[in-house]
Amino acid sequence: MAKIVEEKKEVTIVFAGDSGDGIQLTGTQFTNTNALFGNDVSTFPNFPAEIRAPQGTLAGVSGFQLQFGSVEVATPGDVCDVLVAMNAAAFKVNLSRLKKSGTVIVNTDGFNARNLKLAEYESNPLEDGTLNDYRTIAIDVSKMTRMALVDSGLGKKEVDRSRNMFVLGFLYYMYNRDLAATEKFIREKFKKSPELIDANLRVLKAGYNFADTSETFTSRYNVRAAQLDKGEYRNIMGNQATALGLIAASKMAKRDLFYGSYPITPASDILHELAKHKNFGVKTFQAEDEIAAICTVIGASFGGQMGVTASSGPGIALKGEAIGLGVMLELPMVIINVQRGGPSTGLPTKTEQSDLLQAVYGRNGEAPMPVISASSPSDCFDTIFEACKIAIEHMTPVFFLSDGYIANGSEPWKFPKAKDLPAIKSIEWDQKEEYQPYLRNLDLVRSWVTPGTKGGEHRIGGLEKADITGDVSYDPDNHERMVGLRREKIERIAEHLPLQKVENGAQEGELLMLSWGSTYGVVKTAVKEAHAMGMQVGHVHLRHIYPFPRNLKEILGDFKKVIIPEMNQGQLLKLIRSEFLVDAKGLNKVKGIPFTAAEILETIKKEVEKNEV
Amino acid sequence: MKSENSNGQVLTSKDFSTDQDVRWCPGCGDYSILKQVQSIMPELGRDKEDIVFISGIGCSSRFPYYMETYGMHSIHGRATAIASGLKASRPDLSVWVITGDGDALSIGGNHLIHMLRRNFDLNVLLFNNEIYGLTKGQYSPTSPEGKVTKSTPIGSIDHPFNPLKLCMGADATFVARTMDRDPKHQREVLLRGSKHVGTSMIEIYQNCNVFNDGAFEVYTDKSSKADETIILEDGQPLVFGAEANKGIRLNGSQPEVVSLNDFSKEDLWIHNEQDKFKAQLLTSFFDDPQVEGHLPRPFGIFYVEERYRYEEAMAEQLEFAKGQKGEGDLDKLLRGSNVWEVKS
Repeated sequence: MAKIVEEKKEVTIVFAGDSGDGIQLTGTQFTNTNALFGNDVSTFPNFPAEIRAPQGTLAGVSGFQLQFGSVEVATPGDVCDVLVAMNAAAFKVNLSRLKKSGTVIVNTDGFNARNLKLAEYESNPLEDGTLNDYRTIAIDVSKMTRMALVDSGLGKKEVDRSRNMFVLGFLYYMYNRDLAATEKFIREKFKKSPELIDANLRVLKAGYNFADTSETFTSRYNVRAAQLDKGEYRNIMGNQATALGLIAASKMAKRDLFYGSYPITPASDILHELAKHKNFGVKTFQAEDEIAAICTVIGASFGGQMGVTASSGPGIALKGEAIGLGVMLELPMVIINVQRGGPSTGLPTKTEQSDLLQAVYGRNGEAPMPVISASSPSDCFDTIFEACKIAIEHMTPVFFLSDGYIANGSEPWKFPKAKDLPAIKSIEWDQKEEYQPYLRNLDLVRSWVTPGTKGGEHRIGGLEKADITGDVSYDPDNHERMVGLRREKIERIAEHLPLQKVENGAQEGELLMLSWGSTYGVVKTAVKEAHAMGMQVGHVHLRHIYPFPRNLKEILGDFKKVIIPEMNQGQLLKLIRSEFLVDAKGLNKVKGIPFTAAEILETIKKEVEKNEV
Repeated sequence: MKSENSNGQVLTSKDFSTDQDVRWCPGCGDYSILKQVQSIMPELGRDKEDIVFISGIGCSSRFPYYMETYGMHSIHGRATAIASGLKASRPDLSVWVITGDGDALSIGGNHLIHMLRRNFDLNVLLFNNEIYGLTKGQYSPTSPEGKVTKSTPIGSIDHPFNPLKLCMGADATFVARTMDRDPKHQREVLLRGSKHVGTSMIEIYQNCNVFNDGAFEVYTDKSSKADETIILEDGQPLVFGAEANKGIRLNGSQPEVVSLNDFSKEDLWIHNEQDKFKAQLLTSFFDDPQVEGHLPRPFGIFYVEERYRYEEAMAEQLEFAKGQKGEGDLDKLLRGSNVWEVKS
């Protein structure tokens, strides 16, 4: 039966199931297909900390949210249009995200008496009226999958494992998408077992055909390709973009990349990605602990390589002393913090922005170093590249901040060509005069002379050094001078940074929304909407937090009020207030989950209304 | 024997001293070690610029300032980790770690054992003075039980580490002990260590004449040295004593002191540097010299093993990856495998 095709500008879907249900894979496949089709997409995987929490329990629910659209998509969506729930627990955990009148696709087999009990349901929500406000599509996915594979010769466990393909096929029909990309993926993933290729392809098609023939829909949906800038795109996750940015910077600096790290959620994927690319001369070193990780990086950097380490809050705390040594030695290195919920072990798989002050101040003594932050998954590439460039060109450790939300989220990326990447140039010793380790250029940067350089033999260390010669010095005036020089060197970096722009909305006026890090997408979306509604609100998003862009003060002066939304209790807020004496206000959320654009918009509306009264 | 460096120059120990005043306490055992290290440097046959000394924190860790090579005086306990990163990334360099009993065995214990199992080709000189000198006299992880110090007025209740046994446990490939007061022996051990390909772990008994004077006197003083020490020589029986009339015999798995009046040299334990099990026993010779029937303390090279080096395997993996995938192509990497084009 021919169906009506209904146009949609943007759609948000949540896939949810047991952590063993292949939810992340299903979500990723659906994302890639839409991205390849030309939609703008943004994703947010949300998985439990336990590797395999008990099956069917609330603790074991794994989710994958994505928004795709024909218009610009800056966030994974506030509320979802479609919820796919593989069992009762997944349904219960995610129902609140579904908008009224939204669509629920449920696997009825996941709602048996045992599942209901594990999900702590007194009655079956499929039958007790819970779903009255929603459109429900109930399918016994397990049964359909088993029927499709009745003669496959596979065991029950293997058959059931391909259930997610049924759902995926079903959604591909619903949104008018081609199966080709997923078919290609299946052929590659299971290339060692042809029977699994066959089974997964069959179930995928079965889902697609079931949607077509079962009269489930009166209409299908169409989300047209987005009007993205001209060019070539790929989909990319934040940690992956970070890894690629490091390799690119190493190539542009003509220094081998040495990556020393200790596994920690959510930073480990950077190590995994880099370990795949040893043919780029990438040396990955899994150290015995966080301290060893940063120390091997100091050794590699002393040896002339591009040293990089990564961790999350607890690991960064352990590295603190050694980072201070890096500041004292004035050697280039990059420290990545993929932030997660804290303090202590906190919420390892959840996101937060609460390590900003740790990055800016978290060392003993006066130990200034640049702090820069990525705003989205693909922005990790540009930002980490810049971190490496600053580190090498200004001879300093640099903090790069990302977070769990960016690290695991994905979006389309208009990837650059190698020839368009900027060069990274280290400061050389001219060899005309005797080598002085702490002689500085106009930017107060010392030269990077590494072992093997004849005549450059020198000793450096954590003790205070005499200006220019680098000899140990306890002289009071020298100490004050060196503390000042190290600070001034970092502050002068601002002269090389681009001027800050008002990202969108009003260029001046009532209210400035000042954000940093992963809140970029939601703040952008909210400000655009508020501005379109006629409110005089602008959006500034900071990449550089220390030093701040040199025109930031001016911009702050162009607005009557400043609000700083952060997933912490007001850390950028403290920095801005103390640096610029501006009466900025915080908008704070510390729940381990990102802001929604609606939350930001609501605050903007209230603030603007207050002004009007 | 002096070796030529790459320019055909023959360097002398003077070429390795710096213009910095040496600031250890007068009479410190560190002076003797500095002198021996500077004296063996020309024999490495390396250029000065290819040698790096890395230290942690402690009295001994001032060492790099006095060596006219590249050097880093780093932070407490981390010299081993910093040297690991340097050697992994720059296998071409001759890397030396200067550390002490507090630095290597207390705050830096973890990095020490992991460095040893990875077997980087570098040299570790562990200055053991059984005391915290730089912080003015607290007990260290090698101080004997009952040691009275500023932080243990009634005596230490910590059981001490046996450093070399710990190193054997971490699968070190070169394990040796020497002492500050025997320059000749020190020099021999340092030279052997410098030639070992892999991590050479050299413990040096070093007298802190200010906070722990005489800690090793029984092993260094002429009156007791011969009876309290055994100098290990590969292929030779374990003979000791002022009249060379005592030996160590293995009775089953038990080492015992015997008189050469009762036994011949053929009955004695013959030292074999490559025997891992015997080396483990030998590093267990750690008795308190005050205790009746104690075994003498061995000095020399306990154990030597040839094993692959981390940095070597790392370089091989990079080559392997290049062979498999070809030299990295940045554009191909950035592109990935699923690309779409937006035309407008």
